Amino acid sequence: MLSIVCPFCGPRDETEFRCGGESHIARPGPPDAVTDEAWADYLFYRDNTKGVQFERWVHAYGCGLWFNVARNSVTHEILAVYEMTDPKPHGLVE
Amino acid sequence: MKYSALNLLRQGFAGHRGWPAAWRNADLKSDYDIVIVGGGGHGLATAYYLAKEHGLSNIAVLEKGWIGGGNTGRNTTVVRSNYFYPESAAFYDFSLKLYEGLSRELNYNIMLSQRGMMMLAHSSHDLELLKRSRNAMLLNGVDAKLLTPDEVKARAPALDVSRKARHPIWGALMQERGGVARHDAVAWGYARAASALGVDIVQNCEVVGFDIVAGRIKGVRTRLGEVKADRVALAAAGHSSVLARMVCFRLPLYSYALQAFVSEPLKPVLDTVIASPASGTGVYVSQSDKGELVVGSALDLYGSYAQRGNLPIIEETAAGLVSLFPSFSRLRLLRHWAGIVDVTHDSTPIIDRTPIDGLYVNCGWGTGGFKAIPGGGATFAHLIARDAPHPLAAPFSFDRFRTGALIDEAAAAGIAH
Ligand SMILES: Cc1cc2nc3c(=O)[nH]c(=O)nc-3n(C[C@H](O)[C@H](O)[C@H](O)COP(=O)(O)OP(=O)(O)OC[C@H]3O[C@@H](n4cnc5c(N)ncnc54)[C@H](O)[C@@H]3O)c2cc1C
Ligand SMILES: [Zn+2]
Repeated sequence: MLSIVCPFCGPRDETEFRCGGESHIARPGPPDAVTDEAWADYLFYRDNTKGVQFERWVHAYGCGLWFNVARNSVTHEILAVYEMTDPKPHGLVE
Repeated sequence: MKYSALNLLRQGFAGHRGWPAAWRNADLKSDYDIVIVGGGGHGLATAYYLAKEHGLSNIAVLEKGWIGGGNTGRNTTVVRSNYFYPESAAFYDFSLKLYEGLSRELNYNIMLSQRGMMMLAHSSHDLELLKRSRNAMLLNGVDAKLLTPDEVKARAPALDVSRKARHPIWGALMQERGGVARHDAVAWGYARAASALGVDIVQNCEVVGFDIVAGRIKGVRTRLGEVKADRVALAAAGHSSVLARMVCFRLPLYSYALQAFVSEPLKPVLDTVIASPASGTGVYVSQSDKGELVVGSALDLYGSYAQRGNLPIIEETAAGLVSLFPSFSRLRLLRHWAGIVDVTHDSTPIIDRTPIDGLYVNCGWGTGGFKAIPGGGATFAHLIARDAPHPLAAPFSFDRFRTGALIDEAAAAGIAH
C-alpha cells in the first residue's frame, strides 16, 4: 500500500487516489499543423521508464486535486510530490 | 529422445535415469543470423517456427533470466478466443487451433484442458452485452453459446446463483473450446522442439545494447559479450520499452504489474474457467490439477516494473472471489506474485517492424498473451523470415496508432487475460 501525500489533505492511502499516467506531456498545436505522427506520439507513445517516472495523480476519493508525483517504478518509492504546473524536480531528471 | 509410451516403459525399467535434458542450454556464439531477445513463450515459439516453417538456422534466443521466468511462467494459463473484432477473432482462434494440436506437434504434453470458459452476466445489461459478444463470435466463426442461470449452476454448483447474491447471475457466455494449458510446458515444449532444430537457447544473457549502423541492425550487446546478427527480434513483454529506449525510440506501451493467486489445494470443486468481468473486480478462477484455485483479477493501476503486487488488489480479488463463491471464504491463499505486462491503449498486440531495418518487435500482449503464444510465434516468425507481415497479424501494426483505426478490444470484449 502506497502512502501518498496529497498537497491539500496530507498523507492518505493509495486507494483514495487514481494514477493518470505520465505527466509533462504537452498537447501539440496548432491543430492544423500537427502531423498524424505527432498526434499519435502525443496520444499513445510513452517513456514508460524503468526507474523514476513522473506521473499525474488525482485525489479521487478526497479533495479532487490533480498533482504530480515522481515515483520509482521498480521500488515504488515516492521521491517527490509537486504541483501540476511545476517542472520536473531538479536532481531527479536523468 | 522422443517422448512415447515405449520410451516411458524403457526408462521406467532403467529407473528413469536415462532421460536426456529436454533442451540444450547453449553457450553464446559471437555470430547469428537471427537473435531473439526474450525467452518467454513468444520468443521461444518464434524461434521454433523460424526453424520449422521457414527452414532457417543459426538462431539464438537470449534470455536474461531463465526461460519462461517472465509472464509466461507467471500467468493463470487461460486460453480462449472469445474476442469481438474480426481481426482479433481470426488471430486468437488461429492460435487456439494451434494449441489444439500442439502437444502432438511438439511431442510434449502441454496439458491443454478445454474445460470451457464462461463469462458471467450480473444484470440485464451485462446479458445484452454478452449476447452481442456471442453474435460477434458466431459471425467470426468462433464457437459460443449463452447459458441460462440454471445451466450456469449445473456447470459450476459452487457459484452463488441465488437472488440474494452480491452479484446475481443472469447468465453466461460460454466458449467450450476455452480452457487452460500448462504454462511451463508451453515454454519448455517450444524450447525443446526449437533446440532439437538447432536453435541456441542462452539463459542468464541480458541484452544491454544494440549495434546499429546507418539505420540497420548489426548485432546486440549482452552481459555475456557482443553478438553479431542481421536480424534481431524483440519479444520482451513488459521490458519492451526498456529495450526500445536503448535504440532511442518509444513504444505505445505502458508496463503494469498484474497479480495472480493460488489457494491451498481442494478436492475437485470447479471444472471450468469462470470470469466475472462485470462484477467490478474482474475476478476469474479455475482449479488446477493439483486442486489449487488459480485466481486473477485486475491490473495494479499504476506503472510498475516491480514483479510484485500491491495489497489493495489482493483484498479486492479475495472479496470478488468470495462474493461469487461464498463457500471459498475460509480458504487460504498459498502464494501470490506478479508479472510485468505490456499494455497498449486498445489491448491489441503489436507485431511489426521498427524504425531500424532488421529489428522487429512483438509486444503489447498485456494481460492476455499466453493464449496467443502459438499464433504470435507463427506470425512473428513469418514477419522476420519474409520481412512482410503475416496476413493474420497485419492489423497489429504501429500504423493503427497513426491512423486511429484502433482494434479496441479493451472496450469491445471488455475482458482481460
Ligand atoms: C498474473 C498474470 C496472469 C496472466 N494470465 C493470463 C491468462 O490467463 N491467459 C493469457 O492468455 N495470458 C495471461 N497473462 C499474460 C501472458 O502471461 C503474457 O501476455 C505472455 O506470457 C507474454 O509472453 P512473452 O513471451 O511475450 O513474455 P514473457 O514470458 O514475459 O517473456 C519475456 C522475456 O523477456 C526477457 N527479457 C526482458 N528483457 C530482456 C533483456 N534485456 N535481455 C534478455 N531477455 C530479456 C524476460 O526475462 C522474459 O523472460 C497473464 C500475465 C500475468 C502477469
Ligand atoms: Zn486531497
